[in-house]
Amino acid sequence: MSTVTMIYAGMFYVATLLLVTGLAYKIFDYSRTPAPLKIPTTPAPTTQKGVVYRMAKEVVLFESLFKSDKWIWLFGWLFHFGLLLVLVRHLRYFTEPVWFWVGIAQPFGKYASIMMVIGMAGLLARRFLVDRVRYISTPSDYLMLVLLLAIGLSGMLMTFVVHTDIVALKAFFMGLMYLDVQPLPQDLILLIHLALVALLMVIFPISKLLHAPGLFFSPTRNQVDNPREHRHVAAWAARLDQKN
Amino acid sequence: MAAAEFDIPEIKDDIEIPKLREGAMAHAKTFIAAKPIQDSMGFPHELGEDWKERAIDKMGDLLGKYRSLKVFLDACVHCGACTDKCHYYLGTSDPKNMPVARQDLMRQVYRRYFTTAGKLFPKLVGAKDLTKDILDDWYNYYHQCSECRRCSVFCPYGIDTAEITMAGREILNHVGMGQKYSNEILGKVQKIGNNLGLPGPALEDTLEGLEEDIEADTGVAVKMPLDVKGAEVLLVTPSADFFSEPHVESLIGYAKVFHAAGISWTLSTHASEAGNFGMFIGNYETMRKVAMRIRDAALELGVKRIVVGECGHAWRVAYSFWNTLTGIGYGGNDPFSIELQQQLDPTYPQPQHICELTNDLIKSGKIKVDPSLNDDLVVTYHDSCNVARASRMGTEPGGQFIIPRELIKSVVNNFHDMADDTIHESTFCCGGGGGLLTDDLMEVRVKGALPRATALNNVVKEHQVNFMAMICAICKAQFTKVLPKYGFDMSMVGGVHQLVSKAIKLD
Repeated sequence: MSTVTMIYAGMFYVATLLLVTGLAYKIFDYSRTPAPLKIPTTPAPTTQKGVVYRMAKEVVLFESLFKSDKWIWLFGWLFHFGLLLVLVRHLRYFTEPVWFWVGIAQPFGKYASIMMVIGMAGLLARRFLVDRVRYISTPSDYLMLVLLLAIGLSGMLMTFVVHTDIVALKAFFMGLMYLDVQPLPQDLILLIHLALVALLMVIFPISKLLHAPGLFFSPTRNQVDNPREHRHVAAWAARLDQKN
Repeated sequence: MAAAEFDIPEIKDDIEIPKLREGAMAHAKTFIAAKPIQDSMGFPHELGEDWKERAIDKMGDLLGKYRSLKVFLDACVHCGACTDKCHYYLGTSDPKNMPVARQDLMRQVYRRYFTTAGKLFPKLVGAKDLTKDILDDWYNYYHQCSECRRCSVFCPYGIDTAEITMAGREILNHVGMGQKYSNEILGKVQKIGNNLGLPGPALEDTLEGLEEDIEADTGVAVKMPLDVKGAEVLLVTPSADFFSEPHVESLIGYAKVFHAAGISWTLSTHASEAGNFGMFIGNYETMRKVAMRIRDAALELGVKRIVVGECGHAWRVAYSFWNTLTGIGYGGNDPFSIELQQQLDPTYPQPQHICELTNDLIKSGKIKVDPSLNDDLVVTYHDSCNVARASRMGTEPGGQFIIPRELIKSVVNNFHDMADDTIHESTFCCGGGGGLLTDDLMEVRVKGALPRATALNNVVKEHQVNFMAMICAICKAQFTKVLPKYGFDMSMVGGVHQLVSKAIKLD
């Protein structure tokens, strides 16, 4: 087994561990922290079902962003939806036999990478061109987009220009999943692509990518508007009632 | 000390997004609370040597108590969706008045002390050590936010800058930098019973005077009962309604409604204030203490219903928080809330907004109105931020927009809404909410009113609107003061029940 294969295998085990434990901790931390007051941004749904519908519109259509700014919405949605299709397509490297719906998504996933890259390019351009967005951007905001762009472009290079040994690559990842490490094809572009993906996995739980789980815990979006009908009290706040 | 001179912005045809002018409002610093005020609140009055540790400790405490704060500080991706949504940014061009930049004043410190990335790579993620300069920025810019939540409507993750501002003010209070205006008022309401510091006998006199005025005006003996045990309704209203203009016109309106409908009601000296500045300073315990006065008065007087007068943030506290804080509402299964809830009449929402009450009475024909008595007026309606984005009326989402408009249209014949992106959930704050209604922030208030003034100007030009109705004591006080600076007459500003008062038939 080559050194490169061993390094990449180790890297993906560590990255996966950090991603899963990091995210699990964050989700645990969000869920144990109380929301002591009813603060949904109104008008808000008055039933739990309504909240699911509101949240679904936020997650799938980016409803609030659409209300706010059509350009950010367009680029943001292109990027995220493109990314989703690309990720779905990548499932074929981790499943045997490949799930049938992954097969259906395959051709779309291939071209969705273009959507994704256009979206990211638009978002990056806004960081330079709009004075307000430039003002609030930190180095990590640019680097995050550059990282994602580099992952997308290196992936597209392999899809459309310089193919890698995809059968061997699949064997490598299936091997990782079954703890039976197989040799990794040593193409430079593939190695770059994979290293950047591992980096992204590591920084996910300690970066602004936490907006993904965060949205589901956002009290202004996930609370039911029923404060007159239901008494909502956090544990630390309920203790104040006992003193009276 | 007189406030510094400043230029009044020019009203354009449309609300324009200004170019950044860094530091444009860095000088705007509201007066700091002195020792006696801070003492009465249990806060220090100056920075001790350990202020930095205290600030970070308090931030950690709040992060453990409020999921909103924790999630909001993590989730922002700096997309920029909120950057053109704040009326203070639109009016001042100061980039630190963009919601995300205002949040970042705290987020930079949060990242440095509470996140892995900020501890390891501060420069990369914009994390900074807490310094006196940053603390001063917090003080200045967390008092240039009216906690109006307009940004939270447009944020893809629902990040509400009001939650950050409240946390910021809470930390500032705990290190000894309280705001004079809000904390002084909180002292008065807790000592005397209302924000204006109007003692019981003075309140009694005022109400008697108003009864005489109404009788002289209408020939009908409309009463303004105070501390009447066994009354059906306890009315809790902002104390400005007792003697500020135009607020008092709405108080007269409520009294006429109760009279015409034959509902027995009372005000309370102990709870002569609906406003609750405890929310503004982000202090749960203070907010609860202030709200408890209403529970205590309701129990003491044995009322069946609790109705809230025209006040924006008070309605947020009443509608969204009273049940949590004091058990005023339904659905409690603990002895504390059951004690009160079994006393209240379950056929009515508790608490109920005065607009809900009056609108129901008009629709069911229990009181009669003649809208032609308001034919001298062409009316528009200003949605107050806390009513619009932090509460509801009626049973359907959005009732807080529909019910006041229904009520207005039943008492006036000429009504025109302002532009769609300036009303309902997109409404612009008056510029004086959230603890900013003080002369030492006049520049912030005037400039923050620019978007609303622009929208108003357009309906004045198009539809000859000459009256802007509203249901918030702060909005009324703010607009009567700042709209004249934009060339509007202050008599254009008034309450919804001021219109009801003119149109209602008493005999």
